[in-house]
Amino acid sequence: MSLELKNVEKKIELETHIYPTNLKLEKNTINILLGPTLSGKTTLMQIMAGLDKPTNGEIWFNEENVTGMKVQKRNVSMVYQQFINYPNFTVYDNIASPLKITGVGSDEIKQRVGKVAELLKLSEMLNKKPSELSGGQQQRTALARALVKDSDLILLDEPLANLDFKLREELREELPKLFEDRDCIVVYATTEPSEALLLGGNTATLLEGKVIQYGKTLDVYNKPNSLVSAQVFSDPPMNITKIKKSGENCSFLDNSVNWKTKIKIKDGEYKVGIRPHNITTYKEGNNSLEIKGKVLISELSGSESLIHFTKGDLNWVSLSNGIFQKNVGDEMNLYMNADEFIYFDDKERLVANG
Amino acid sequence: MNKTINQKAWFFVIPVFVLVAFNAVIPLMTVVNYAFQETFGNNVFMWEGTRWFKQIMLSERFHASLGRQFLFTFIILFIQIPLGIAIALSMPKEGMGVPVCLVLMSMPLLIPWNVVGAMWNIFALPDIGFLGHSLNALGFDYNFTQQIGDAWFTTILMDVWHWTSLVVLLSYAGLQSIQPAYYQAAEIDGASRWAVFTKIELPKMKKVLTIAILLRFMDSFMIYTEPFVLTGGGPGNATAFLSIDLVKMALGQFDLGPAAAMSLIYFFIVLLVCWVFYTLMMRNEGNQ
Repeated sequence: MSLELKNVEKKIELETHIYPTNLKLEKNTINILLGPTLSGKTTLMQIMAGLDKPTNGEIWFNEENVTGMKVQKRNVSMVYQQFINYPNFTVYDNIASPLKITGVGSDEIKQRVGKVAELLKLSEMLNKKPSELSGGQQQRTALARALVKDSDLILLDEPLANLDFKLREELREELPKLFEDRDCIVVYATTEPSEALLLGGNTATLLEGKVIQYGKTLDVYNKPNSLVSAQVFSDPPMNITKIKKSGENCSFLDNSVNWKTKIKIKDGEYKVGIRPHNITTYKEGNNSLEIKGKVLISELSGSESLIHFTKGDLNWVSLSNGIFQKNVGDEMNLYMNADEFIYFDDKERLVANG
Repeated sequence: MNKTINQKAWFFVIPVFVLVAFNAVIPLMTVVNYAFQETFGNNVFMWEGTRWFKQIMLSERFHASLGRQFLFTFIILFIQIPLGIAIALSMPKEGMGVPVCLVLMSMPLLIPWNVVGAMWNIFALPDIGFLGHSLNALGFDYNFTQQIGDAWFTTILMDVWHWTSLVVLLSYAGLQSIQPAYYQAAEIDGASRWAVFTKIELPKMKKVLTIAILLRFMDSFMIYTEPFVLTGGGPGNATAFLSIDLVKMALGQFDLGPAAAMSLIYFFIVLLVCWVFYTLMMRNEGNQ
């Protein structure tokens, strides 16, 4: 089983929403579409589902061309950012609704709904209506509706975006478990890099209607093929600075930071991407470089400290474990882990890691 | 902490009291005053207790006009609510058609009520009116000034023309607020158009429809101007709805006591029906 997009393109009037895209999603995988809002995640999903037709290109499912085939014939299910349930049905009837329409026997419906409800911790609420449930429970119901059907393709369009932090964390942890042992392809759209890392599987980074990179989630994260892909897959945003290299010696253009490197690339100017968590208030790794900055904002997020600082004309972001309170305007020393630097050439393509 | 005493605060409160008193309490109390007493002018009043209320409650004339009133209200609700929903469903959802439809729909609502009555009176006149003349030319024996059925038909048609738009606009607003994802989810499920209507659109429109029905109930139950101008309550008393009958009694016959009692009964019927209806509709809404 596989889902393949062949040169799929979507234009609405003169505006291109999806540039020609080739993607092959394999069975029993979770595929994450990662990109900021308006990057084309939803459009791409609707094309995959058959809710929308591509302007050009073809969609193949199981070696069968399904371009333009109606969504009802495709055995897909979808979960949305909004909690979409039938408002007048009980939770039980909501979950059972996709089965009832396809004419499954009532005993089987009962058994399957019961099983899914248990999986999603809804067993206690089967007789309630969606309006009586919390947001998290409403989304669980919508998830149950998607899972009960044994679809070939399950699409989740930012399913956690409307939940508050705690419920989001809770459901996020359960998600990978839900898709285990399922004979289907899961596509999951999100704007959050951390969600992609947590779910694993494969990731496609998207920006402005283009798929930038597709591969195993960790590979995409560790070896972004381009600066754009790295930026999409970095939150808080990645720090980027220009450097020059000659032989073993590298330095920032203003010579404020110097280090030695073992990577084999030819001498010249490069751009280096440094993820915020590789700039910390303490030394990390064997190749720690000191950097001086002036604090712009210092904020806490849980047990992590996010310190924005300026150095030269650039704004930098650092993310340290632990709680560090700094005053605005303070001069401070931070440490970059040079082993985690990502080097890009003048066309912003990846040249080397570390 | 010491509170400063500042009597000037009363100046902020008193205007509201005065306003409410003048527009609600004092007129209502005058009616209450008349409802329990008999007067022959000169500000001389005699206590009558509940006599006028008993008289009205037992009066066949009141029963008849109340019956006509309920019949009229039910007929127009029965036509206007489904028709309004149907029109709202068939209106465009986006593009240039939207403002055009909305403006066209609002037109009847902007016309003064007595103008509506006068318009339809002239429109329906059997000899010179476009509607009346055409119907007669087509072979129907139509004369709303003389035949009871025709008078009802014309009054109902006028009200449907005048007020269906309100239901349309409210339903349309309700429909527009349904997120597209609901329709997509239904499409994925393979739900029929009818199922989408009954399982998604109607439940989602429940609140606006409750408001639409309430407004249309109240307005039609208190209808006065349009039938007064169109038929004057006739032929005979055939279209003398509660308000028309009440004005006849109060100003025509100058039976102030019974008319005041009737006003209060009328008021309580409207209040009761609205309350019962609203409570029933909202009972399962939880605390949303």
